[in-house]
Formats: sequence, C-alpha cells, structure tokens
Amino acid sequence: MSRIGVIALNTFREAVRDRILYLLLFFAGATILLSRLLSLLTVGDRLKIIMDVGLAALSFFGALMAILIGTSLVHKEIDKKTIYTLLSKPLRRIEFLLGKFLGLVVTLLVMLSLMTLFFQAYLLLLGGGINGRVFLAALYIFLEMVLLTAVAILFSTFSTPILASLFSLSFFLIGHFSRGLLTLIRKIPAGFSRTGLRVLYLLLPDLENFNLKTEAVHGLSIPAKWLLTSAAYGLFYALLILTLAVIIFRRRDFT
Amino acid sequence: MAAVLAIDNLRKSFSPGFIPRRKEILKGVSLEVEPGEIFGYLGPNGAGKTTTLKCLLGLIFPDSGSLTLFGRPHLSLSARERLGYLPESPYFYDHLTAMEFLDFYARLFGLKKTERRKRIAGLLERVGLADAGRIPLRKFSRGMLQRAGLAQALVNDPDLLILDEPLGGLDPIGRKELRDIILEQKRRGKTVFLCSHILQDIEMICDRVAILVAGRIMSSGRLRDLVSEKIKFTEIEISGLKREELAGLGESLAGQEGRILLKVVGEDKVDDVLSLVLSRKGRVHSLLPRSLTLEDLFLDTVKSS
Repeated sequence: MSRIGVIALNTFREAVRDRILYLLLFFAGATILLSRLLSLLTVGDRLKIIMDVGLAALSFFGALMAILIGTSLVHKEIDKKTIYTLLSKPLRRIEFLLGKFLGLVVTLLVMLSLMTLFFQAYLLLLGGGINGRVFLAALYIFLEMVLLTAVAILFSTFSTPILASLFSLSFFLIGHFSRGLLTLIRKIPAGFSRTGLRVLYLLLPDLENFNLKTEAVHGLSIPAKWLLTSAAYGLFYALLILTLAVIIFRRRDFT
Repeated sequence: MAAVLAIDNLRKSFSPGFIPRRKEILKGVSLEVEPGEIFGYLGPNGAGKTTTLKCLLGLIFPDSGSLTLFGRPHLSLSARERLGYLPESPYFYDHLTAMEFLDFYARLFGLKKTERRKRIAGLLERVGLADAGRIPLRKFSRGMLQRAGLAQALVNDPDLLILDEPLGGLDPIGRKELRDIILEQKRRGKTVFLCSHILQDIEMICDRVAILVAGRIMSSGRLRDLVSEKIKFTEIEISGLKREELAGLGESLAGQEGRILLKVVGEDKVDDVLSLVLSRKGRVHSLLPRSLTLEDLFLDTVKSS
C-alpha cells in the first residue's frame, strides 16, 4: 500500500469512529422520514415533495459532513501534534495532505451511499419505484462534497477549525447563490460594472452546477453535455483548491 | 567515520503575533553526533532544544544553516527511514488501539504484514505494554502513552533515535527501563540523541553533551572532560556551634533543628572546621566531599550566560 493509502486508511478509520458523523447521519435520516409529514401538509404530488426534501437533506447533510470532518481532522493532527511523529517518518507533506483528502472522500462516499440507499428504500416503501435519477443526483451531490472537502482542507491548513468551518460554510452558501449574479448581469447595461460582475461570477464558485434536484424531481431531461461540463468543473475546481492547499501546507511551520 | 547527525550554524527566528518583531530562538547552533554514541542535548526550558529538533525533522524551516542526517540532506526520505523520534509529551490517535497505532506507523515504512506483526509484538513486550495492545490509546495513562511513543519511535529499528524529554511522565521503574532501552540501542551500535532538562539519569548514560542556553551552545564535549573528578567543595553538617564562630571558614548554607550545613572550599579549611568542632565539643553529623556534577555544570553555564 502506498503511503498516501496508509494515511487515507487511518483517516477513514478516525472519521468513521467519530460520533459527529453518526449524529449527522441520524438527522439526515430523520429529515428524510419527516418529509412524508411535510408532503401530507402540501397540495400536489406527494412523492415529488418527498423527493425534493430528501435530496435537499442529502445535499445539506452531505455538505455539513464534508465541512465538519474536513476541517476538524487536518487541524486535529496539527493541534494534537500527531503530525510531528508522522512527518518524522518517510512521508512527504503532500502525501500526508492527499492521504487525508482521499480518506475523507472515501468516508463521505460511504456516508452518502448509506443515506442514498436509505432514501431510495423509503421511496420504494411509499410507492415510488427505483429511480435512476436519484442516484445521478446523489452522484453530483458527491462531487460537490469532494469540492467542499478540498475547500475545508485548504482553510484548515492555515486557520482554526471554527474559522475554517465558517469559511467553508460561506463558500457553500456563496456557491449556491452566485448564479443570482447572472440574472443581475443580464439586467444592467453593458459597461464597467457589468464586466466587473462577470469577473466576480467567474471567480466565485458556482455550486448550482451540481444541483440536479429539480431535474430529478420533475423528470426533466438532463443534457449529457451539461453533465460532463459540471463534472469537469467540479474536478478542476477541486484540483485547483487542493494545489493551493498543498502549496500553503508545504511552506508552513509547525510550531 | 562520518557524523550521523550534523548541524551547522543553524538559525531560526519567529515573529509572534502581527507585530513584525522577530524573536531569534536559535542563534547559530552547530553540533555533530558520532555513530554509536549517546548524545545529550541539554538546556533549560525555552533554550531552543525542541526548535532544533523541529528543524531537524522538517516541521519548521530554518532561516539559515545546514542540517544533515547520515550525510544526506535532512529532508531526504532515505535519511528518515533510519530515524526514530519520540516527541515531548506525545499525544496519539485516540481512536486507535496500541497495536493499530504501531501498525499504522510500520506501514509507512513499507513493512510486510508478517514482519509488522512480529515486530509490533516484540516492541509492545519491550516497552512493557504487552497486555495493553488491544486497548484504545484514549484509555492510556501518561506513562503508558510515553511507552507507546517509544515503541513507535523504534518501529523501524532506527539507526538514530531522537528522544525529546523522554523521562516525562515515567515513574522510577519506567525511567530505569527507558535507560536500559537506550543503553541496549548503544550496545547494538545505534546512535541516540537525547534532549532533556532533567539531568539525573542522563548523567549516567551520556557519552557527550552539549548545553544550549538562549539559542547558543555554551558548552559541549565529553562528559568526563566537562565534569571533573576533582573535589570542588565539602559539605559538612554540624551542631553545637554558633554560626558566627564559623565565619571565614565557609559558607553556611542552611540549618535545621540547630544544625548548620557548611560549604567549605579547600581541604585545609575542612581540617580547621573539624578541629574547631572538636574543641567546642560540637558534633559532626555528616561530611560529604562534592565533585562537579553535570547539574553544577549546567547551573554554572546557565548562570554565567
């Protein structure tokens, strides 16, 4: 097993033995179950409401998991000084960081799979069939979680867990609202401010790229080109963030 | 033979807080550790011992100076494969058992599964944790963590063992066992670099020492050369006399229950004190010739700086 793999395995072990993960898993499950209650109170296709709430729960709790364990696990190594012994072994700093990232991604994959399977089983129980779109939407939620993990790791290479969590959460919120800028850009006349807004939109993350909820719930068509660009966008962005994290982490003093 | 560890003119400063006022921690440290010796790196708290180690292990980057391990740059992975390190007051992964913990580190060295199993069982036995292998580290006491830390430092059978304050948290039995392990490493031709401010125990086993004060090495050399066998002064504990009568004969240090502890320099003066006590019908409770110890040397060095 490569050294990155060894770190990843230990990270996975540490994460799945962390209670906070199960707390979030419990709340995600509870939200999915309670979506039935919500559907009773609303007019319209009940199954669609349940789908909508359920996918939102996957997305929200997935993001929380990525941010919380992403920021705590890297910082914990520095704070508890376990990184001292680790880096005294034949291990490069980049291997450590990539191992952490990989371990977290695998953990999140397991957690999201559990939530998705639970959600799909619940849909079956309520009379819905097995829906491939649920899994597709979950796959893109996973992509978003991968990106958020990279962001959480980046922030935790230079700040405290609370700050890093706040930064990552802001990244998450900005990412889901940045598309509003496009509407604004369309409404104002061409000129300096419009160019400025366009540049801002390009710099800010656009996490709506990973949001397939509407399409999945209402059975709309999803163009393959769109799927591919979104995936490429996510992977490229995550790679960029990780590179930045590695650059900072490699130069940092552990005092 | 080439030095196992060589540090040349190492400098490191930090700027604490936002105000750019740099605080120099290491002000040009140079030292060499020969193969097969036990080297004591001593100094009071805050002298820069741990900073030196952190530079050596690549945890922080020095401002200037060079560090080599086994003749290679200190950051090279091949040098690290031959290194074992026990940090000061080690904390390890709470979620792992002692066996999983050692297995994790052994994997980083690329050891095979059977080899790992054999080595870990031997190490747990060696550090006195044979029965605690399946207990999670979060249930370990401080002394047990120190032992687990020692086991991880030995997991690759290192040629150079670096110990930072290894005696902390250990009871007298633990200290003795640690000393035995260090001496065993030396017997097997390995090198030990010992960082400490606790001088007992170290005095008996170090071949050479360097004393670091405020970022500079103030004194270094063979322990035998630094600490002479010559009697420096004599401590005499007497009673039945007044302090004033002893004026000029020596420095009276402390007195309990009417006794006087006198620090006398020079053998002639010792005779004078004894005859005075005899003539006044006083009593001598103890007479202790003191040679220079590492502790004295340490205190003198720190004081003179």
